[in-house]
Amino acid sequence: MTALFEARGVTKRFGGLTAVSGVDFVLAGGIASIIGPNGAGKTTLFNVFTGLYEPDAGTVTFRGRSLGGLRPDQITALGICRTFQNIRLFGNMTAAENVLVGMHARVPLSLWDVLSRGPRFRRVESRLWTRAAELLERVGLRGAGNEVARNLPYGDQRRLEIARALASEPTLLLLDEPTAGMTQAEAATLMALLRSLVADLGLAVLLIEHNMRVVMGVSDRVTVLDHGEKIAEGHPQEVQANPRVIEAYLGRGWAGRARSHRADGQ
Amino acid sequence: MMTRVVHAVLAVAAVGLSAAAVSIFPRSILAFLLFQGSLLFVYLARIPGWLRLGLFGLALLVLMPLIGFVNGYYLEVATQVGIFVALALGLNIVVGLAGLLDLGYVAFFAVGAYSWAIVGSPHANLIFGGSGFPLPAWTFYAFLLVGLVVAAATGVLLGLPVLRLRGDYLAIVTLGFGEVIRVLANNLDKPINLTNGPRGITPISRPPTAFGVPYSEYFYFLVLAIVVVVVLANRRLEDSHVGRAWEAIREDELAAQAMGVPLVRMKLLAFACGASFAGVMGVVFSAKQVFINPESFTFLESIGVLAMVILGGMGSIPGAVLGATVVTVLNLQVLKGLSLWLNELKNAGVTVLGFSLADLPTQFEPAKYERMIFGVILVLMMILRPQGILPARRRQRELA
Repeated sequence: MTALFEARGVTKRFGGLTAVSGVDFVLAGGIASIIGPNGAGKTTLFNVFTGLYEPDAGTVTFRGRSLGGLRPDQITALGICRTFQNIRLFGNMTAAENVLVGMHARVPLSLWDVLSRGPRFRRVESRLWTRAAELLERVGLRGAGNEVARNLPYGDQRRLEIARALASEPTLLLLDEPTAGMTQAEAATLMALLRSLVADLGLAVLLIEHNMRVVMGVSDRVTVLDHGEKIAEGHPQEVQANPRVIEAYLGRGWAGRARSHRADGQ
Repeated sequence: MMTRVVHAVLAVAAVGLSAAAVSIFPRSILAFLLFQGSLLFVYLARIPGWLRLGLFGLALLVLMPLIGFVNGYYLEVATQVGIFVALALGLNIVVGLAGLLDLGYVAFFAVGAYSWAIVGSPHANLIFGGSGFPLPAWTFYAFLLVGLVVAAATGVLLGLPVLRLRGDYLAIVTLGFGEVIRVLANNLDKPINLTNGPRGITPISRPPTAFGVPYSEYFYFLVLAIVVVVVLANRRLEDSHVGRAWEAIREDELAAQAMGVPLVRMKLLAFACGASFAGVMGVVFSAKQVFINPESFTFLESIGVLAMVILGGMGSIPGAVLGATVVTVLNLQVLKGLSLWLNELKNAGVTVLGFSLADLPTQFEPAKYERMIFGVILVLMMILRPQGILPARRRQRELA
């Protein structure tokens, strides 16, 4: 059986800098996390997975299909959607409209349907709005549908991004630091939501996260990146105990033996 | 409840009285401005939808044509307003909704105009030989569609190479495109005489009218009908997944694409839709004017239409309509009227602070202030109300 999502030897360079180097990553389902210090290449990896960057080497397959050469919108249509580290909502549109844009790839209407505005258009459109309201409620934004996105509080904006991504009916959801700027309580609520999404929709979730309590509490598997390379992978407890991980996070003094080439780069 | 009744009475009175004022003082610009203002009041007043629609229908379908019999120039102004409303609405899709700054929009207007001008006049005989042209006048109606298609195709043609460009770069390329079309029109009189160069094309056939309706009235109604269609199309596009995708592109192109919006297709669609409105109006314009030459399609026209969109409020349909009306009426009536009035004062030898206006050197002739006053108005608007006169309002929905 092929895995849901599989990346092999993914490499991405920016000029002389190798941001991601030969990373293998396999996801069968459930919730997985990617962690690593700042600049480790986590977001770059996300951008490769979602088609924003073309990898310099390596392949990415989703449900047995290669994503090479596909545009981001085509990848979204296949069932991968994401949120952004620095929230990228459509600021001047309402929360509901943001969610509706997420549905774009699933709207079965032609230009003629739009211009003629027949019963088919009205039926589909009202179904979309109903679904948008459901999604907003699901992420805890009930009643905020008519708010302009940029006026929402920070935590709500993060949740709205998740609702917008869910609107594209993904099989795999990529979340880039979803709890950044949230209190522990808010983060815990969000994680409960993620778990329920996985349970109810059979969704697979991949997180980039700095909040270790969240990562260790929610993840089935954890992958650690440092300087663009995968340095550890496994169950949260295994990873926590891995000396290379401790070294990457806390410096060489903690993990014993130093590696000189790394110390120079810091 | 009371305010609604008061508003309704006021709205009816405003339309009726201002129309009466125009018929009593057919030469008074002020009366005509009041009539236009009454329509704005009808739009803004808190009255039931059927009354608003009824008053608009009455004013535009009955009163305005009647005013045309009293003072033909006012009907001409109204027709021009209609043409520019359609142009502004087309540009509003490209600039206001999709956020693609297009400084060469008048090129699509030109393409539509020339597509009818060439075959609707004897000029095409020079190209194809024989004497089969002009085409029969009724084919004008078919050419409304042809103009739409040709302009939309031109829009896609412009869109393709500039898809990767944003902001300033896109603006510069579209500016160049607009100039290219104008220069082509100016120079394609050899080796094959396609456009007759700067001398322009004339006489361009006009469509047959029923019951001997005068052409001024005919074109007014034709333009009005097209404007209604354009407004409807605009509203339907805006309030659909297509319009939302355009706005998403304007807000954040990268996020829009990551959410499944196909950038290339949606941008080309925006260019094509915007261009098609201009194309249709181009066909009408060439028939209405009987004569066209490249002078009608200068860069300044593109900027003028853009000013209408920005003045009215980017991305707002009522804004584009109002912006087009305000700018056109300012240019055709208010500023002209002002300079005429100043001229009269000058000729009458009125003195201001002991200085006789008759002694003004020719460099300070009132007519020369028109553009300056227009510029000052634009600057003041951008300072005092940068979002436009009627900015786009977010649609509020009852969410289940």
